[in-house]
Amino acid sequence: MPSEPAPRTDIAPPAATDVRPELLRMEGVDKIFNGDVVALKGMSLDVREGDFISLLGPSGCGKSTALRLVAGLSHPSRGRITWTGGQDDGDLGVVFQEPTLMPWATVAQNVWLPLRLRGQSYTAVKDEVLDALRLVGLEKFQTAYPRELSGGMKMRASIARALVTRPRLILMDEPFAALDEITRFRLNDDLLALRDKIGCTVVFVTHSVFESVFLSDRIVVMAARPGRVIRELAVDAPYPRTDTFRTSADYAAYCRDASDALHAAMGDAA
Amino acid sequence: MSLAEREEIADPTIDADELARQRARRLERIGKWTLPVLVMALGLLLWDRVVVWNDIPHYTLPGPWLVFRTLIEDWAILFDALLVTLQITLLALLVAVLGGVGLAVLFTQSRWMEMSFYPYAVILQVTPVVAIAPLIFIYVDNRLAGLLICAWLVAFFPVLSNTTLGLNSADHNLRDLFRIYGATRWQRLRFLQLPSALPYFLGGLRIAGGLSLIGAVVAEYVAGTGGIGSGLAFRILEAGYRLNIPRMFAALILIALTGVLIFAALSLLSHLMLRKWHESAMTRER
Repeated sequence: MPSEPAPRTDIAPPAATDVRPELLRMEGVDKIFNGDVVALKGMSLDVREGDFISLLGPSGCGKSTALRLVAGLSHPSRGRITWTGGQDDGDLGVVFQEPTLMPWATVAQNVWLPLRLRGQSYTAVKDEVLDALRLVGLEKFQTAYPRELSGGMKMRASIARALVTRPRLILMDEPFAALDEITRFRLNDDLLALRDKIGCTVVFVTHSVFESVFLSDRIVVMAARPGRVIRELAVDAPYPRTDTFRTSADYAAYCRDASDALHAAMGDAA
Repeated sequence: MSLAEREEIADPTIDADELARQRARRLERIGKWTLPVLVMALGLLLWDRVVVWNDIPHYTLPGPWLVFRTLIEDWAILFDALLVTLQITLLALLVAVLGGVGLAVLFTQSRWMEMSFYPYAVILQVTPVVAIAPLIFIYVDNRLAGLLICAWLVAFFPVLSNTTLGLNSADHNLRDLFRIYGATRWQRLRFLQLPSALPYFLGGLRIAGGLSLIGAVVAEYVAGTGGIGSGLAFRILEAGYRLNIPRMFAALILIALTGVLIFAALSLLSHLMLRKWHESAMTRER
């Protein structure tokens, strides 16, 4: 096991007296499948408004399980997940690893879906749909079908769909893992620009150290068997972050820290 | 593409392969239509010669010309019969679609329903319709209804099994998304499962189209009563009893043409409904 990294004075632990309102809280959450497979053990996390949190860890560390629990797609075996102010319709947006678009529908119709399921007609919400498309730079492609788009554009459409309800929290499950590096960097930049503009809270699952450091202000490092949180790192670099940050010494230092934590997480399995 | 570009590409040092590929493509395009026509022409010629050279009497094997003439001369009788067969076929197909899709939706909405009734759908399908038909005509007085039931029995299963498969094959992430956004059962069916099932359903429909024709013809053979309102199959039987072999051939040709037309129409429908988004309806470069 690698030695603990030397304490750095410029990385503050997550501030205990954060003034931003709390959005969501996980308390001692366990998830056990089939009675004996412990996918997640004792996970606690509080998400504050405006946070960009990355869940970073090797496969099998329960990061996707945690995301599904927060999304309400499955329920904790033990512990609690609570939306501090209660959860309203459309408070949650989700982006999966695959773009998950309906191939029979145009880009605009795909983005319309969350609103359509609330019974809103396209004419009534056309502006919201177009705004969401504009945010991800797809306004020229509303009538295109998913198969006419590149991988990166499909993912943008998927993000636009998550944004269309103006959610307070967006969950992203390794959304850029399947993309080539150039596209991934572009989408990372665009995601931050977008968050700047609309100020939503993001919980982002990734297994890339670089992505987690570049994007987030908090990194939750997780370990496998059983899936659990082993460390929380704050990335205190100010937003907006650009290529300057990506090539800075600070960035490299944060990456080393996160990487060390990840190695520790992987322990003898690495 | 402009002429200048075309010339650049036509440069022989880089493009012998591409030229060969183009030639092969062109030949294939022409051959796809001309070859079957040529084979048919050769077949007809051979048929005609065999009949003429061997002095085969027309009540044993009529030549193609005689069959064609019979088709024209008996057109009134045969066309009426065709309409009857076509009516039964299309009605059976319609009922097969309604029944097949309806049952498939029911099955995917309720696992209990599926577990209870699916095995019986399979039993109905694997029992030959010729074996069931006589029973049906005992209990069903209305001849048209009896024919329809027989044709439906044969045709509904591919629609049912394909549509069930399609309804269950909706993307699991999309299912999750629908759950997150609180979709109702009906919304999930309408916006997710039915569109996912469409390509599968259309595949089943094409098979069912051919099968409902087969079902209609077989049922007519079994039903057997003649007179007004009898279809092509009955005309074939009747012509056989009277040794009117040319008319048997003429009716047979009409049945085959009907089958081809139904298949072509359903293929066209499938193409039109899927061309915008489904892989199967796309033409790919290369």
